[in-house]
Amino acid sequence: MTVHRVMGIETEYGISVPGHPHVNSMLTSSQVVNAYGNAITLPARLKARWDYDEETPLRDARGFDLTRADADPSQLTDEDMGLANLILTNGARFYVDHAHPEYSSPEITNPFDAVVWDKAGEWIMARAAELVTRIPGAQPVNLYKNNTDNKGASYGTHENYLMRRSTPFADIVKHLTPFFVSRQVITGSGRVGLGQDGRQHGYQLSQRADFFEVEVGLETTLKRPIINTRDEPHADPEKYRRLHVIVGDANLAEVSTYLKLGTTSLVLAMLEDDFLDLDLVMDHPVREMHQVSHDPSLRHLVTLRSGRRISALQMQLEFLEQARKYVEDRLGADVDAQTVDVLDRWESVLTRLESDPMQLARELDWVAKLSVLQGYRDRDGIDWDHARLHLVDLQYSDVRPDKGLANRLQARGAIERITTDEQVAAAVQTPPTDTRAWFRGECMRRYPDAIAAASWDSVIFDVPGHDALQRVPTLEPLRGTRAHVGDLLERCATAGELLAALNRDA
Amino acid sequence: MPTRDSGEQQHRSRSEENDKVDEETAATPSTDLAARKEALDADIDAILDDIDEALETNAEEFVRGFVQKGGQ
Repeated sequence: MTVHRVMGIETEYGISVPGHPHVNSMLTSSQVVNAYGNAITLPARLKARWDYDEETPLRDARGFDLTRADADPSQLTDEDMGLANLILTNGARFYVDHAHPEYSSPEITNPFDAVVWDKAGEWIMARAAELVTRIPGAQPVNLYKNNTDNKGASYGTHENYLMRRSTPFADIVKHLTPFFVSRQVITGSGRVGLGQDGRQHGYQLSQRADFFEVEVGLETTLKRPIINTRDEPHADPEKYRRLHVIVGDANLAEVSTYLKLGTTSLVLAMLEDDFLDLDLVMDHPVREMHQVSHDPSLRHLVTLRSGRRISALQMQLEFLEQARKYVEDRLGADVDAQTVDVLDRWESVLTRLESDPMQLARELDWVAKLSVLQGYRDRDGIDWDHARLHLVDLQYSDVRPDKGLANRLQARGAIERITTDEQVAAAVQTPPTDTRAWFRGECMRRYPDAIAAASWDSVIFDVPGHDALQRVPTLEPLRGTRAHVGDLLERCATAGELLAALNRDA
Repeated sequence: MPTRDSGEQQHRSRSEENDKVDEETAATPSTDLAARKEALDADIDAILDDIDEALETNAEEFVRGFVQKGGQ
């Protein structure tokens, strides 16, 4: 009924070795992950592998499985390729996915924590790249929190939301499609160039929009769908589905990330409670998604199946109104502070976007980036085809504090921070206290030598006195919290003691 | 649960909000706006100076060299 829910963000970072555009990016990505692992962990901890037992990337939410033979090789994400993989003490996974280093945040329960642990991922990437430069003979590696090379390739930033299994998938498709088409006005990171290869000149709201080609589907690497049907809950499948959202941009601006997770979580709550009373169904959502993105004036009118024509902003205002009514109806004065804050910020952002989008330069990525680009256009008399503008677009997302333009803008107060450096520094090391990520992260910190493997829904121990590996399932995302297992872990000096205690309780 | 008259309520609350915004905008003296715009312009100049120092040299080659493999 609120913005609170089990969620997470996974981001594939762009990676390059300046001056060497054709290096093997799988190898450089591995180098980045391993450099971090070697610096922060005991060598023994590197042996912990990912546990793929519960992964079902070919399970479709519409109720069938794709056979492995029919799948594109890039869809077989449960095959261990022997690429670098770290499970961090903050509960996150830092590994090589396809040809990119990826940070998958630990499970968090609210949009503010999503921002904190997402930002921690940026810091981890920056640190990892810095460590690579210290390896004798290694080429310096640059990492970018963006989603396209502007030459036809895209890589993802995915949001994950735990939902009630009972919510009909058809309702999800009906309401989330217009929500995703319209939320770009808030969540876009901005992009110089139109079309998948960016060859047409111009500026658009979203890094990702042009790479979406179908409305609903299982794929994530080709024919990308607005609604992804991967049904791999990493939790009790009878109770939950994990909604795997692949349309989002990688955001650097904290307010963009905060509102992206907060507003989407609220819309999902309304879906779960069958509250939404909106008819925003479109005949051509893919085309509309592109057109909304291609219009930074925000004046484009989306054509609905009903014949009505409506702007993306107006669509968002209708979702906001429903959310206000829903929260008032269900919670009244008992509503929590963060839900109120998300609603107020959402309204404030939409209202100002309506009067003059440039007012949002301190809060939203696409506006912050556009205001810098417009500054260059005015000062230097250059247009969208100019390499300097493309460079600003790219370098906006550089993870380095000195080279990354979003970082520089944040440092001088030109982009708002809602987190503090202390909160982010803590999140680099420690897990959220209120999900199973606490158990995973704390086990990694306390018993690194005894962990053979881990995943979202398990930790596997290799301890003396047991012939076989001992698998501790963590199928319930809200168990294994500090409140739940903090005392137990405190009492157990070794993993052996922990397993004995768990077996006694079982 | 949504009610039948929800549409009217939505419309009313939207137009009330718009009125509020209009009043606020109207109440702001134009000199303030001009001053604000000037401050913003000065600010963007300072930001561009700062970014000039950080930008990679040889923009064209740098951008051309950023080639990625597709991901998810």
